[in-house]
Amino acid sequence: MQGPPVQTVSRRGALKLASLVGGLGLGSALSLTDKSRAQTDSSQHRTHDASDTMHHDGNRVVGTVDHAGNGFDPNVILTDFDLGRTFVDEDGRTVREWTIGAEDKEIEIAPGVFFPAWTYNGRVPGPTLRCVEGERLRIHFVNGSQHPHTMHFHGIHSARMDGVPGAGLVEPGGTFTYEFDAKPFGCHLYHCHALPLKRHIHKGMYGAFIVDPDPRRHAGEEAAARGRLFGSPEVAGWQELVMVMNGFDTNFDDENEFYAVNSIPFAYLERPIRIDRSRPVRVYLVNITEFDPINSFHLHANFFDFYDHGTTLTPTLRTVDTVMMCQGQRGILEFSFADHEPGLYMFHAHQSEFAELGWMSMFEVVEA
Amino acid sequence: MNARVLWFALPAVALAAILLFIFAARPLDRLAGNSPPVEEIAVETVRLTPDLISIDVRADGSKPVRIAQVQVDGAYRAFTTEPEGAIKRLGTTRVNIPYPWIEGETHHIVLLTATGAAFEHTIDVAVPTLQHNGTNALSLALIGVLLGVAPVAAGLLAYPAIRNVSAGGLTFILALTMGLLTFLFIDTLFEGLEAAAGAVERLRAEGLVWVSALATALVLLAVGRRSGVPPQGIALATFIALGIGLHNFGEGLAVGASLASGAAALATFLVVGFAIHNVSEGFGIATPLVQAQPPFWLFVALAALAGLPAVAGVFLGAAALSPYWIALCFGVGAGAIAQVIVEVGTLIARRSGAAGLVTLPSLSGMVAGLAVMYATALLV
Repeated sequence: MQGPPVQTVSRRGALKLASLVGGLGLGSALSLTDKSRAQTDSSQHRTHDASDTMHHDGNRVVGTVDHAGNGFDPNVILTDFDLGRTFVDEDGRTVREWTIGAEDKEIEIAPGVFFPAWTYNGRVPGPTLRCVEGERLRIHFVNGSQHPHTMHFHGIHSARMDGVPGAGLVEPGGTFTYEFDAKPFGCHLYHCHALPLKRHIHKGMYGAFIVDPDPRRHAGEEAAARGRLFGSPEVAGWQELVMVMNGFDTNFDDENEFYAVNSIPFAYLERPIRIDRSRPVRVYLVNITEFDPINSFHLHANFFDFYDHGTTLTPTLRTVDTVMMCQGQRGILEFSFADHEPGLYMFHAHQSEFAELGWMSMFEVVEA
Repeated sequence: MNARVLWFALPAVALAAILLFIFAARPLDRLAGNSPPVEEIAVETVRLTPDLISIDVRADGSKPVRIAQVQVDGAYRAFTTEPEGAIKRLGTTRVNIPYPWIEGETHHIVLLTATGAAFEHTIDVAVPTLQHNGTNALSLALIGVLLGVAPVAAGLLAYPAIRNVSAGGLTFILALTMGLLTFLFIDTLFEGLEAAAGAVERLRAEGLVWVSALATALVLLAVGRRSGVPPQGIALATFIALGIGLHNFGEGLAVGASLASGAAALATFLVVGFAIHNVSEGFGIATPLVQAQPPFWLFVALAALAGLPAVAGVFLGAAALSPYWIALCFGVGAGAIAQVIVEVGTLIARRSGAAGLVTLPSLSGMVAGLAVMYATALLV
């Protein structure tokens, strides 16, 4: 909701200032020396205080979000992979299942700013579902919200399981089990596909969906595949992080007031992500920002290899420092700070507008 | 007498009982329970000092309003509020935002409340707020004198020319004064309504403009006629000077407020335009004096009465009054002008009868007055 129209400079008011200026020129021996100096000298800034750098020189939100009150914490979401429950069925196939509930919840998306979100399992983004290529997946969706919802997965599945109106739309109180094979391997996502689509997405119904490659299916690239398999000794040599780029339109004017990674603006500026210098970093990056056609990820002082959609075991783009995504695009970034000094390294959207509105973060690289 | 006062307790008690019921039984909760709070924020003044933007805001709504975050030019900024905490209904707070604003450029401010509602304010042209020092004070005073006293004094100098005018001529110039004042009345009223739009809704500032205008007109009418005799001659000239002074106070406010908000510099011919526009006001003050024998010092006093309020207006405008008080000042000014319009009109009627108001000299004078003021106003 907008405020009342505030007083702008009327033309008459503007001309009156001009008359003032003219009047000074005409009759006054007491010229405004301040004014003439000010016109030529535009460098009225004070020198930037060193103590400002931690808080990015004033570009920040004021206060801290009560993560306990929200029921989720962006610092935990970074490394929180939901592996569900697995069992082997009578055909010897691994079945992995999850139970996901839709929940209407008011959350604090920025310090002191509350938003009526629709969530999966009470958190935004929803749980990061992780599985292995080839498994049979069953997602039991229970709709505890007051509105109909779906779970639409970006993967390969049947039309019946697509999670769109007519195929898996769940009324309030209802349930539906989405069942399909985990393929292709890569970094994917899921989101609600109920109508109206923009609203169901921007109110918080989305999450990451990661399918690890099965080394047995990739002859010749087993090492690379094992390096991506959750729980393997190889993957322990990586620091894996989940980052879902999103935003919030708090006043429903179809423009985001806040941008963030994992929902909370400037969260990783207030608490930089600690990176162990000796281990490479892998970021599962998903863009689900509504209203803005594209988002991006830019890393300071370092370059990364990018795997578009994560569906290959070799990078699709090597040695870049900025990657652009539209809503629904995602990928895997791999980089290392092994040759860097410890310190603070920024990463943010390279739309400066998004960066200044919350999508601004830091890695704190430390010795192990 | 005492018994009557006691009986007034009946409606008072009944009202108290109604209010008690509303607060205790909360009958609206069932219908309105889930609605988000209604919020409103009005920016009243903006002060720019080196690397700091200070905004005075007034808030209103169904609950205290909390400013949660602040954006300047599309970036969230650290800020503080004095006092801290939520703003009570119709309460004010000052939002201090350290920010390297650039002189001469536009800056956009967005205030976000706890419900996520966004209230925008644009600083069209950033200029540093005038500091309170002697040099600036003298400059402001000079501006006020140039706007107010000097043109009015120039207009008063028409007195020798209109003295000894014929009866018809006197009717004409009195009607001219009426037309002139009517334009000022309309102008002042609309300036007040424009300023009122920037105030918080519940304050009903537009209504205040009309109410204060009416109240001022009625009060001044009563004051002017307190001895039973309608004002004319010197007394009427004084009332005209008072009304014009209040109008010029409003003009000074507008100029001072422009100082605080900045604008492109135009040529000095605009000052000439102001002078021409306000000279007519001096003429209007001189008109009722034509049949009196006013001493010279009276002219000085009248010029001061009509012109010096412009100086006060420039000072207060530069100090950035809130739109509510600006609206009130304009309303009072309009009311004062309305009173003198009535008194000049009744003067014409007393001299030439009621029909005298609609004779050719009278009507042409009124139209001429309106036309001259409108035409010279186009210069500004």
